[in-house]
Amino acid sequence: MTAAATPADVESARGASRESAGTRSAAAATSVLVLPGVAWLGVFFLVPLAIMAVVSVGAVDSAGHITLANPSLRNYSHALDPEFIPALLRSIYYAAATTLLSLAIGYPVAYWISRYGGRHKVALLILVMLPFWTSYLIRTYAWVMILRDNGVLNSVLLDSGVIDEPIPILNTDVSVILGMTYGFLPYAILPLFVSIDRLDYSMVQAARDLYASGRGAFIHVTLPLTMPGLVAAGLLTFIPALGDFVTPSVLGGAQTTTIAKLVQTIFTAGRDWPYGSALGFLLMGVTIVGTLVALRSLRREVMGASA
Amino acid sequence: MSGKPSRWLTGFTVLTYVFLFAPIVVLIVFSFNDSRRSFTWQGFTLQWYEKLLANTEMIDALRVTLVVAVAAVVGATILGSLLGLGLARLRFRGSGGVQTLLLLPIMTPEIIMGISLLVFFSQLFGLNGSIGQIALAHITFCISYVAITVRARAASLDPRLEEAARDLGASAVGAFRHVTLPLLAPGIAAGAMLAFALSFDDLVVTSFNTGVGSTTLPVQIYSGIRFGVTPQINAISTIIVAVVSIALLLAWRLGAFRTAARAVVADPEAA
Repeated sequence: MTAAATPADVESARGASRESAGTRSAAAATSVLVLPGVAWLGVFFLVPLAIMAVVSVGAVDSAGHITLANPSLRNYSHALDPEFIPALLRSIYYAAATTLLSLAIGYPVAYWISRYGGRHKVALLILVMLPFWTSYLIRTYAWVMILRDNGVLNSVLLDSGVIDEPIPILNTDVSVILGMTYGFLPYAILPLFVSIDRLDYSMVQAARDLYASGRGAFIHVTLPLTMPGLVAAGLLTFIPALGDFVTPSVLGGAQTTTIAKLVQTIFTAGRDWPYGSALGFLLMGVTIVGTLVALRSLRREVMGASA
Repeated sequence: MSGKPSRWLTGFTVLTYVFLFAPIVVLIVFSFNDSRRSFTWQGFTLQWYEKLLANTEMIDALRVTLVVAVAAVVGATILGSLLGLGLARLRFRGSGGVQTLLLLPIMTPEIIMGISLLVFFSQLFGLNGSIGQIALAHITFCISYVAITVRARAASLDPRLEEAARDLGASAVGAFRHVTLPLLAPGIAAGAMLAFALSFDDLVVTSFNTGVGSTTLPVQIYSGIRFGVTPQINAISTIIVAVVSIALLLAWRLGAFRTAARAVVADPEAA
């Protein structure tokens, strides 16, 4: 090493000496910092899932107890009965509709906040998040008051003479999708904002200078560059919407049975825990596969965008 | 630089904000409405608040909810902050696995977490639901959020600050206490707030782990909604919205909220 060591040399030398001297203390630090949380999640998250997996191959005996006498996958094959598939498809339909609506509403709003929010950007974002901090259940309940047959919306429409009879909205697909979109919109707006705000607007200007139309620049420049944000926002909306229990049970009726509602009914009313556990695992499987597929496409988009 | 937004885009944005806040306004307005059934305005009253204060079930549920939330905040903040700091600072074998373990509870549908904990507590320990059981469940789903929030904050800190303190003669503990911890504090506070909000609001996981004498406010409100609408629910909701707004205003003044905003924004990228 020459006398004139650069700061980087000093930095790396110091780092190396500290690392070799501190291997044991690093192991100690790891066990103090990381171990308690990991142990907790192991005991109260992974072990319960494992037990649920064991229960899902069991059955209920005549006394109503769970028995593992003949473990089998029959609970999973029961899932193909006409009870599960329609509930799964309905869950996917609600979640997909909610995701598309949240992206369609969230994108322009995030764009507006990013481009025109100026010094109020943070305040505008916090306003978006404010409902998130108040109870989800309470916000969903508020929609009951608005959408009921004698609710606020129908009263206003009746009084103003737009309609003669109340429109039934509550307990339909519309009320569930509306409620979910309302609930999950903030999850979509935040990642969209991050991605749009990071966009180098001179790229769009360059496209315009090269005679792209406003729409052309948006489709060929803005949209591809903000695709990671769209995928992240879509994921953050789709995953909770797929497993959502509150909205379909508060704003929906008997005909809006989703998987989460079905599992809840099986556990509280039917009490066939092995069957309920199997359905739960199928829901979890769909959720995780969906997430992985979306993440893979996100990775591809990110690579594509940087290439 | 940014030019003028189109009138259409501005109108759409304003409408979206109206959409986000209208239900909350409706909720508050009708908590003062002098009618049990009707959803048209019948005049101002405070009777629903008086009935609420006399409703011992609601008050008990509020007490249970607060006890659980405090336990969840304390437990999850300690475990989650340590974990978040460890993930940001240490390189260790299996750290990738720990990151995945952290994301799993967030990705897992609440209902799955609820039933798996129900099966766990009842089949292994013969427990039928209690305040303690709910608190254990809440700590479990709050840890990840705290850890991710604290990790984001810890990763944004310059490690040279702590090294400088060490070079100036501070002990390892001293440097952590006087340099790192104060810098981490906004992230820890944001994580604790998030944990409180999640615990206070939770219906699904709680409903599978609740038992006699451990009804929380969301469970009570949910059964109230099922058995018919009563403006008492509007009254308790209005109180909750008011308390949350005041807490957020305080947090905003203290600067913790900006960290929370950043952490929630950073979260999708961690995924």
